[in-house]
Amino acid sequence: MLSPAILIPAILNGLLIGAIYALVALGLTLIYGVLHIINFAHGALLSAAMFAAFFAFRLLGLDPYVAVFLLAPAFFALGYALQRFIIGPASHGDDRNMLLVTLGIAIVIENALLYAFRADTRTIDVPYAFQTIDFGFTFLAVPRVVGFVAVFGVALVLWVIMAFTDTGRAIRAVAREKLGAQLAGIDVAHIYAVTFGLGTACVAIAACLLIPTYYVNPRVGDAFVLVAFTIVVLGGMGSVPGALVGALLIGVAESLSGLFLGESLGHIGIFLIFIVVLLVRPSGLFGART
Amino acid sequence: MRAFFLIAAVLGVLAAVPLVVHSNVTLNFLVAALMIALVGQGWNILGGYGGQYSFGHAAFFGTGAYVTAILQVRYGVNAWFGFAAGIAAGAALGGALGALVFRSGLRGSYFALVTLAFAEVLRIIASVAPITGAGVGTLIKLDLGIRALQFQSRAVFYWIILALVGVSLVIAQLIERSRFGAWLIAVRENEDAAKALGVDASTVKSIAMVVSAAITAAAGCFYAQYFLFVDSGIAYGTWISVEALLTPIIGGVGTVFGPLLGALAVKGMGEGAKLLTGDAPGLDLIIYGAVLVLVIWIMPRGLIGGIANARKLLMRRAVPATPTGEVRRG
Repeated sequence: MLSPAILIPAILNGLLIGAIYALVALGLTLIYGVLHIINFAHGALLSAAMFAAFFAFRLLGLDPYVAVFLLAPAFFALGYALQRFIIGPASHGDDRNMLLVTLGIAIVIENALLYAFRADTRTIDVPYAFQTIDFGFTFLAVPRVVGFVAVFGVALVLWVIMAFTDTGRAIRAVAREKLGAQLAGIDVAHIYAVTFGLGTACVAIAACLLIPTYYVNPRVGDAFVLVAFTIVVLGGMGSVPGALVGALLIGVAESLSGLFLGESLGHIGIFLIFIVVLLVRPSGLFGART
Repeated sequence: MRAFFLIAAVLGVLAAVPLVVHSNVTLNFLVAALMIALVGQGWNILGGYGGQYSFGHAAFFGTGAYVTAILQVRYGVNAWFGFAAGIAAGAALGGALGALVFRSGLRGSYFALVTLAFAEVLRIIASVAPITGAGVGTLIKLDLGIRALQFQSRAVFYWIILALVGVSLVIAQLIERSRFGAWLIAVRENEDAAKALGVDASTVKSIAMVVSAAITAAAGCFYAQYFLFVDSGIAYGTWISVEALLTPIIGGVGTVFGPLLGALAVKGMGEGAKLLTGDAPGLDLIIYGAVLVLVIWIMPRGLIGGIANARKLLMRRAVPATPTGEVRRG
């Protein structure tokens, strides 16, 4: 059971899955870091993005790796609009209301998908879905390797935006001190919406990276988002490096516990990590203070 | 005292319904609405008065349902005792969870997440553990009669759930009027300020969680007796957690009658949607979600707040001499 021939691929695959988790978690942690709320619509948006990628392939013949360049901006706009025109005005500046409004949006999106496409599970066929790359000591699936590389590309782009652009500086200012930022002339409602848009764009990219090897149905996002909640809490809510490291850890933990305990108990493992971290060290590994 | 008369009057009117209406469809609808009102009242004690928004009240509902069912099926315990044990188990779970969560100082988003996670863990455990019947679920044997708390007539079940709702209304009213209720509301409005004035916030919240869990568990016990079947997707499913918060928020969060009003409105809308469009999957839930957002947006204090506002507006129009300097509420 413990032979390296089984363990090493399991760990590597865990890291590759963890990278996709990281992308979902990145969007979540970004939104938390600035708006200080958990976005309960994240999973439903992921499902919606996966359907979009699915239909881009089926109806327009767009490969998901091409469609991502359309879907990421489109979902940025969607996220921006959701925050600017629905979540922001509807919640009257109360955090608890914001949680409920994102939950309401999640219910609407998820069930609109269910209503339109029924509960059927769909997949797409791309030629590279089952191709592998030979690394000498192990084989890894092409889509997963692409996903891994892309995620770090996205993280790099986000870092550049945050560190070097005016918008990025404004986002950091709002995250640090909302009132002060407002006094300095920053449009907080706009920055909130930009942040929400960035988080939603992350979800669209994750969807395009997932769809070649994964299925889509109206509730597919939920599974990822529960894992993403765990990652965000583990890494420290609002911390970007925390989300990346946490995601890779969770990916490996899931892969190994799936190997030793079987599928459904492997999931319990994740929730237990989640609850223990919340109770013992709610600020997470990379403790961004709340 | 007036408040209790109002509760008695509402209960009296509702209790008369089965004497007039004999349609089983209507009674089934009302039983479902009252059951959700009970779940929502449980949520309202903690979420409405205490400001702690739980996203996992299914944990208590499911525990009540499973304990009632399992004690009867596997241990041959009497149904009445099973019912009481289910409520007690829910309360105990609420106490344990409250002690854990509030001592570690979890609030807001963190509290929402940890409650959600607890409900999910219980759901996964219930879907694999042999004692719950795992994926198959637990079926209570049909055994009509008072001893087994099973009745042929829908009306009897209706009166039982109405009585439970009545008790929950009285509990909410008592809390609202008590010193404990004042502490709880102080914690909701500003926890740090309440602490500074000497309120033991985490104990107050924990007690509210016990009461809240017990009420919601009672609805779970009732569910088990009414449908005689429990499985993990029903008992610990997300739908219960969502309806638990939906009803008080739509009806009027932190008010005695909010959950009851909200439950009737929510269930009414769901049925209306089904009538209009046939039994399309998801449609009633789309409406729930949209109404949730709209109510928070337009009527932050729910239907009860909306009614109060409308009445104030009418009165103002009727008496034009009202001074214009009245404080506007946001």
